[in-house]
Amino acid sequence: MKQLSVFIENREGRLFDVLRILGENDINIISLSLADTNDYGMLRMIVSKPQVALSILRDCGLSATLTQILAIKLPHESGSLGRALAAINDAGINIEYMYGLCADGDEAVLAIKTSDVAQAAKLLKRAGIEQWQM
Amino acid sequence: MSRDEMTVLQNYRLTNTVNHVYHNVEFYRHKMQKIGLLPSDIKTIDDLTKLPFTTKEDLRDTYPYGLFAVPISEIVRIHASTGTTGKQTVVGYTRRDISTWSECVARSLTMTGVGKGDTILVAYGYGLFTGGLGLHYGAEHLGACVIPIATGSTKRLTTMMVDLEATAIACTPSYLLHVAEVLEAEGLLGKLKIKAAICGAEPWSEAMRLQIEEKLGINAFDIYGLSEVLGPGVACDCIHHQGLHIYEDYFLSEVISEQSQTPVAAGETGELVFTTLAKEGIPLIRYRTKDLTDITYEPCECGRTTARIGRFKGRSDDMLIIRGVNVFPSQIEAALIEMGTTLPHYVMEIDRVGTLDVLELKVEVEERYFSDEIRKLEGLTRQIEKTIREAIGLSIKVKLVEPRTIERSTGKAKRVIDKRKLM
Repeated sequence: MKQLSVFIENREGRLFDVLRILGENDINIISLSLADTNDYGMLRMIVSKPQVALSILRDCGLSATLTQILAIKLPHESGSLGRALAAINDAGINIEYMYGLCADGDEAVLAIKTSDVAQAAKLLKRAGIEQWQM
Repeated sequence: MSRDEMTVLQNYRLTNTVNHVYHNVEFYRHKMQKIGLLPSDIKTIDDLTKLPFTTKEDLRDTYPYGLFAVPISEIVRIHASTGTTGKQTVVGYTRRDISTWSECVARSLTMTGVGKGDTILVAYGYGLFTGGLGLHYGAEHLGACVIPIATGSTKRLTTMMVDLEATAIACTPSYLLHVAEVLEAEGLLGKLKIKAAICGAEPWSEAMRLQIEEKLGINAFDIYGLSEVLGPGVACDCIHHQGLHIYEDYFLSEVISEQSQTPVAAGETGELVFTTLAKEGIPLIRYRTKDLTDITYEPCECGRTTARIGRFKGRSDDMLIIRGVNVFPSQIEAALIEMGTTLPHYVMEIDRVGTLDVLELKVEVEERYFSDEIRKLEGLTRQIEKTIREAIGLSIKVKLVEPRTIERSTGKAKRVIDKRKLM
């Protein structure tokens, strides 16, 4: 799954600007996560039209990029995340970051960025973990 | 010494210096020959304007020894300072030059009331920078007790200041203000024996000088110098603080208009130009300091008859003096380019946080540097910080900003925002 990442300086109104641009161009934000440091923030989003969103944001002068991530479905059960991650952990694959994507019905969906996305996808599939589709 | 007597001495020493460089420095011989000038054409200081200028670029272009007027075997000391492209320029001193320098610093210290029986903390950097060793030798020459504490731990400095009952300190003015704050916080202000501070190596204002005096209950003096000409001790102010007395028997000074390159009238502001009158290692003819000031020949209230230069009004180039270190924006640019990636847009912001100068470099994040992993962006930040630190010898803070947020200009790019208020 493609994730849209945007570099945002810690300045008043910058996050709003990004949201406004996306809204005006009819791009739906399915999920987002905002990581912050002293000087800047990193807005990571799953959007309805990632490729279109990317070019619009770039045209507006923002530093944006598309990143391959994994969106996995997990049942609402204790231990389900640990079991899922055991598969990639055993293979020595690092998790760069992760965040909750959405949680509807009986399942939660998590976004995971790993050091080796293709390999992680294969291992998760083998462990019976399903990928979430938009 | 009366002005007439000074002029006689200057005439004699100038003709000697011109002869010395003509016969021993190819650079000057060529320059003079090109304009059909012989040493014998220079008879008095009134002929000075016939001579060509020397610039920092000349020192760089002739690096390392091109302007040396004596064989290296006669040189006993080398100092160096940074240049516009990050390349150092080196200066050499003969045994007599070191003695001249010590004399000039000793005169400056005498003017500040420091002498035998005093204990002086020299808290300038020791090494290639002329501040530390310059003050050190001058104070020793005077018979004062020198504590070569150099730069580093402020805690150690304040401890020694109190325990050893130091009576004077030499350091940069911004650092002294910082020291004063530390002393205040430690409740040590009442335990000081310090009576004078000899500050230099960076521009400061009269208000800041008064602030230091008030805070520490001392007299603060402004010492001026530049390594090309000698080092600290080219000029210093006296207790009346009405400009800095130039040691005119060693340095012939002019103030010129930057545009016409001709001398301005006394009292008018222009670029300060020095001709050394007794230097052996690197005698300099009409060296352009790029420092903007004015000069007066009126006798001072203190009784000294030497010419005095006013407070510096800035520089004619884009050089910045940060924590006593010369920094050129072009050095930063060169370092960024050398990282293998071109960063076309950056801006330097200098501010005084508390009393210390802080340099922040804002760099735009461009597509090719962009990563959505914060770890990688922080790595990039640290890499830039390290590269710049190695290039300019100062630690800086790098801040990544969004593309196109740094103001573009149609003419010369504005790379520097100096927010420091010379209080």
